[in-house]
Amino acid sequence: MPSQELVQNLRSFLPPEAVLYETEDLKPYECDGLSAYRQLPMMVVLPQSEEQIIKILQLCYATKTPVVARGAGTGLSGGALPHAEGVLLSLAKLKQIIEIDPLARTARVQPGVRNLAISEAVKPYGLYYAPDPSSQIACSIGGNVAENSGGVHCLKYGLTVHNILKLRVLTIAGECLEIGGESLDSAGYDLLALLTGSEGMLGIVTEITVKLIPIPEKAQLVMAAFDDVLKAGNAVANVIGAGIIPAGMEMMDKITIHAVEEFLHAGYDLDAEAILLCESDGSTEEVADEIKRIYAIMQQSGATKISASQNEAERLRFWAGRKAAFPAAGRVSPDYYCMDGTIPRKHLADVLRGIEKLSQEYGLRCMNVFHAGDGNLHPLILYDANQPGELERTEEFGGKILEMCIHAGGTITGEHGVGMEKINQMCSQFKTGELEMFHAVKAAFDPDGLLNPGKAVPTLRRCAELGAMHVHRGEEKFPELPRF
Amino acid sequence: MQAIIDQYQTAILEAAEHRTPLQICGGGTKHFYGNSVTGKNINVLDATAYHGIIDYEPTELVITARVGTRLADLEAALDQKGQMLAFEPPYFGAAATLGGCVAAGLSGPRRAAVGAVRDFVLGIRLLNGKGEDLHFGGQVMKNVAGYDVSRLMVGSMGTLGVLLEVSLKVLPKPPVEITVCMQLDEAMAIEKMNQWAGKPLPISATCYVDGELFFRFSGAESAVRAAQVKLGGEELADGGVFWKSVREQTHDFFQSAKPLRRLSIKSTVPPLSLPGKQLMEWNGGLRWLVCYENVDAETIRRVAKDAGGHATLFRSNESRHHVFHPLDPDMMKVHRALKEKFDPSGIFNPGRLYPEL
Repeated sequence: MPSQELVQNLRSFLPPEAVLYETEDLKPYECDGLSAYRQLPMMVVLPQSEEQIIKILQLCYATKTPVVARGAGTGLSGGALPHAEGVLLSLAKLKQIIEIDPLARTARVQPGVRNLAISEAVKPYGLYYAPDPSSQIACSIGGNVAENSGGVHCLKYGLTVHNILKLRVLTIAGECLEIGGESLDSAGYDLLALLTGSEGMLGIVTEITVKLIPIPEKAQLVMAAFDDVLKAGNAVANVIGAGIIPAGMEMMDKITIHAVEEFLHAGYDLDAEAILLCESDGSTEEVADEIKRIYAIMQQSGATKISASQNEAERLRFWAGRKAAFPAAGRVSPDYYCMDGTIPRKHLADVLRGIEKLSQEYGLRCMNVFHAGDGNLHPLILYDANQPGELERTEEFGGKILEMCIHAGGTITGEHGVGMEKINQMCSQFKTGELEMFHAVKAAFDPDGLLNPGKAVPTLRRCAELGAMHVHRGEEKFPELPRF
Repeated sequence: MQAIIDQYQTAILEAAEHRTPLQICGGGTKHFYGNSVTGKNINVLDATAYHGIIDYEPTELVITARVGTRLADLEAALDQKGQMLAFEPPYFGAAATLGGCVAAGLSGPRRAAVGAVRDFVLGIRLLNGKGEDLHFGGQVMKNVAGYDVSRLMVGSMGTLGVLLEVSLKVLPKPPVEITVCMQLDEAMAIEKMNQWAGKPLPISATCYVDGELFFRFSGAESAVRAAQVKLGGEELADGGVFWKSVREQTHDFFQSAKPLRRLSIKSTVPPLSLPGKQLMEWNGGLRWLVCYENVDAETIRRVAKDAGGHATLFRSNESRHHVFHPLDPDMMKVHRALKEKFDPSGIFNPGRLYPEL
């Protein structure tokens, strides 16, 4: 329970319904999109303006109360998991699109605005906001900034960090920083990059200026089926090697193909070991050229079946399957656990083989969907939380997949963030020196460690306790010893 | 190569012990840019010694090289595979290195279309002020493990650490590029550039100088030709030469003994009323200014700030101590805190970015 004094102070400038502390009111906030982790916060506050947030932060700063920011709560790494003694700061009520400047191709928005709402609002000007995480219908732009979210088009159009110009950020002390500018660069250090993807650890974003880009004249999709995952991986390399940057390049493995086909009837080849979806966008002339070349490359790369979408309805149908991969996982299994490692694509076949081996070892099925163009792998481990021990086995399996990604020269998280979920694997990806620098960066903004404590960067003590098996950049201690 | 890193570490530890500045130098092509390093007993750390391409995977679109690698060598390697550094970094001299390019953070004509240096940096290896050898980011396009320290280094002018290695995303070279030119007044040019940037056209660079608007189309032959028909204008025979002269500042506009100022502002801002001549890039987002009469820095900075951006004294023959746009006190506080964490003894390029750092 929060102290009477804190509640009274908050109520002096917030309406009663914006200060929650009864258990039943707190319940909806106990987890984000990663429901395996749950924790009730001490209280929830729902401010409507920047002035209110400043006052909340000043109060928390003065009383050394932890603050966890939350947008739409769709995050997949437990980044918005509440703190038991902390205030959960919901930014959901700040959902105004403040200004659209079609000529400058920018929009100034509040953090609670949904990702897709931006593109919808600027559509009449022939513009859109490029990063399109699969949750874009629900996820908030503030959360996108916190996680540096990507999407299926980010090889060509970039991540959040490439598509924002300016942030208004409040420090834990309630000071306001204007980071970036309306210009393409700004004076001093690139704090815009540092804040993007910082998982609510450095400051609270209250306003975002995003870049908008023209909606391409045309988009067309090639769907290619392969009888071997390796061949599909090589086809991706061949496309890129030919100088083509596809707008989207997605791969699905056999188990995924079957799960989504049953669910949606997208027209996928059920005999395929892997399916590639490769999209081209741009001017009509450009797309016609590129699709022809992609088609030929797929043929040369040994595709067993190829089809190019003949109209918009067909293009959307081909995509529908990929976009339904997660719901399909939810349909074939009571629960699923989504991983987010990124690897250099050349190691794809090895990593997939490794995952299959682990899948057998742990007796858990795993579907693999892959942002193939940029190496971002989303294995979906299928499990049943009601079976005792299965969640624990799933987490262990997932942890091993991430270790494999690090071994392959990749990273434990491409776009979902570390949050609470991957905090242990941070000990594997980084050495003490780097982790110390991360803590130092945090301390430069938040010396008392009040913003989202315990997330994103593990304490050195935690790593030491996890300890003995410290794998870094493929250099394992005692490589001759078997590891289980 | 480890021996060189060992030497750097020794130099850092000695400098830290005596609290004497270390001036980090690459090819020396950008000495003119930024403030002078301040302090007594300055030692030079020669970053060109640590050079060479470490890894290049054309089909992964990633190159990793040591900071002393010459930009020319890097671009030659990419060129062989039909790829490029898409942000078109200015060299300002044949000796320009990768490290200097990243530390200065300057991008060329293609910046408005594809992004800046910082947008292409994927990972970095650096030595901090304690001489610790650290890796941030990596060699993959998407990576959100830990804070984005790699991009923080871009444009930090060597004040946070000694960069050792950089991984960059690279892009295929467009099959066709053509440059078109038309005469327009300045206000109309600004409007056109921004209107076109909001249309799905393959425009990869824009420049307005001496009453003429130049723009470059890049992409597939069919797309480029279709765009040319749409927008009109007269095709330049040697477009490549023109853009190189803008990128390297060898164009006539830049040939002046007067100070050159760089105003990075909101692209749609109408013509700035400042005395002197201007050259515009980046759809109007970058305005180079040569003042013939004396205009005080304050006035120029106010104009830039009102235009949503900032002003830099880019080239000047006078002593240089405040060339970058001043930061608000709260921002400076954060800058100082970060500097203190990366470089607790204050040895790396003191004063080069701001006197306080």
